[in-house]
Amino acid sequence: MNGSEFVPLSLTPLLIGVLAAVACALPGNFLVLRRQALIGDAISHVVLPGIVVAFLLTGVIAAWPMMLGAAGAAVVAVVLIEAIRRLGRIEPGAAMGVVFTTMFAAGVLLLEQTDTSTVHLDVEHALYGNLESLIWLDATGWASLLDPVALAGLPVELARILVTLIGVAGFIWLFWRALKLSTFDAGFARTLGIRTNLLGLALVIVAAVAAVAAFDAVGSIIVIAMFICPPAAARMMTNTLEGQVGWSVIFAILSAVLGYVLAGYGPLWLGARDAVSAAGMIATISGLILALAARFGPCRTRSGAPVQV
Amino acid sequence: MIELAADKGIRLSDNSIASSPLAVRGLTVSYGQKPAVFSVDMTVQPGAMTAIIGPNGAGKSTLLKAALGIVKPLSGQVTVFGRPLEEQRAQIAYVPQRASVDWDFPTRVIDVVLMGLYRELGLLGRLHARHKARALDCLARVGMRDFADRQIGQLSGGQQQRVFLARALAQDADLYLLDEPFAGVDAATEKAIISVLKSLKEAGRTVVVVHHDLATVSDYFDHVFLINTRRVAEGPVAETFTADHLQAAYGGRLATAQVDQLARVLG
Repeated sequence: MNGSEFVPLSLTPLLIGVLAAVACALPGNFLVLRRQALIGDAISHVVLPGIVVAFLLTGVIAAWPMMLGAAGAAVVAVVLIEAIRRLGRIEPGAAMGVVFTTMFAAGVLLLEQTDTSTVHLDVEHALYGNLESLIWLDATGWASLLDPVALAGLPVELARILVTLIGVAGFIWLFWRALKLSTFDAGFARTLGIRTNLLGLALVIVAAVAAVAAFDAVGSIIVIAMFICPPAAARMMTNTLEGQVGWSVIFAILSAVLGYVLAGYGPLWLGARDAVSAAGMIATISGLILALAARFGPCRTRSGAPVQV
Repeated sequence: MIELAADKGIRLSDNSIASSPLAVRGLTVSYGQKPAVFSVDMTVQPGAMTAIIGPNGAGKSTLLKAALGIVKPLSGQVTVFGRPLEEQRAQIAYVPQRASVDWDFPTRVIDVVLMGLYRELGLLGRLHARHKARALDCLARVGMRDFADRQIGQLSGGQQQRVFLARALAQDADLYLLDEPFAGVDAATEKAIISVLKSLKEAGRTVVVVHHDLATVSDYFDHVFLINTRRVAEGPVAETFTADHLQAAYGGRLATAQVDQLARVLG
């Protein structure tokens, strides 16, 4: 494949996939270690009705209404969970499960009832995004990367996810020490004056922003997979937090690149005619990496695990 | 209700609060309907080693956590060396219960000890060789120097406890608060911990320990604070660690035979 084909058709979706994967994997490391891995799952379910309602109100798919809609949905979810937990006197996990699935289902119903034929918003896109359609038609080859006119035609999703990734990485860099401390030993962190509740909330908000930005470009399947699979696989490669975050970035990039290429060309190599969903393939690859790490990773022994005889 | 000896004692003057490393007034904490700690006053003596004792669920750990601001009390005041807790964080070192953290966390022994330097380093302060040397020195004081690069999950319970103590030593504080440091540790570790605590006392630091082993109270500590949701008694071990106070704190939960035995030990 040469530049004149690769740059307009594959470069931007590939980049967006990579950036979205890394943006989700970074906060995912802390969520997994805090036993909050499913928050990523939850966020990507809860935001759907918020995004649909935002579209219904404004009639366009734009970043700000979507973010606000998603944030509003998250607030509604938190209030509902608290209400169900208190009124129903059931454990928080069950309350969350009920709220997340119900809100996602409501989002799907809303979506089906809405005329979204003119925009990229339907059940399919909500699940596995529209990565393949994020092409760069103004590009003619590698030279376009230096051409201001062509660069102006880059899909907006690319800039959006890039800004999100910079924000996510900046947050984790700035609060690295406090995040590490409060994730390992929240009580001790509090005696040092670290506001652990506020930091925990900030982490969830950062994860939510990453989820919404990624959701817009690549759909909820990647979001859910990238929050959990790369960090969980990375944990089995190393015994330091720095190492884990590094490995999770490598695994996220590997999943996105391999998944995208295999989805586009794998079926052709096997003699089939059509490509398969890139988002689905990226998530599948991340799952395979997790399976391989679980089988062959050097740091799999856990003190709580039963001893193998 | 049993009439409590300590309540008949002298009302503490403001002076004692100002000089106390940790003074608690009217502290009440509740996790649900029932208070875990109810209207407790405590005045820790400077330079002393104080044991907080009481039956399971008596609010020992809760008292410590509320005094440190880890759990939010319903009411009450805490002063550290006469000033509000928030201004005095740098004066306090804390050793939480070993079981309160996930030891599978991806980190090495040395990293845990370096966490004790957080207030010094801040969010982005550079970690210098002297910080590392200090952390290694703290590990040496608890006999764990050789384990610096181990993953924390590979340690035994006693070793984990020593690492926690080393982290508190790295904080270089004037007031040390330890939550059940002797729970489930081997004899060698217990000996190592108590010798470190005694050296802290000799250096003029104040040590407060939530303790559960009544048999070692007289050997290890010079002050004792008895609690069963409410304060039962507080004072020097020789005067306060008596069969009557133990009976008041433990009630029916301490078998009569045990009380008799302790009474014999205590004279």
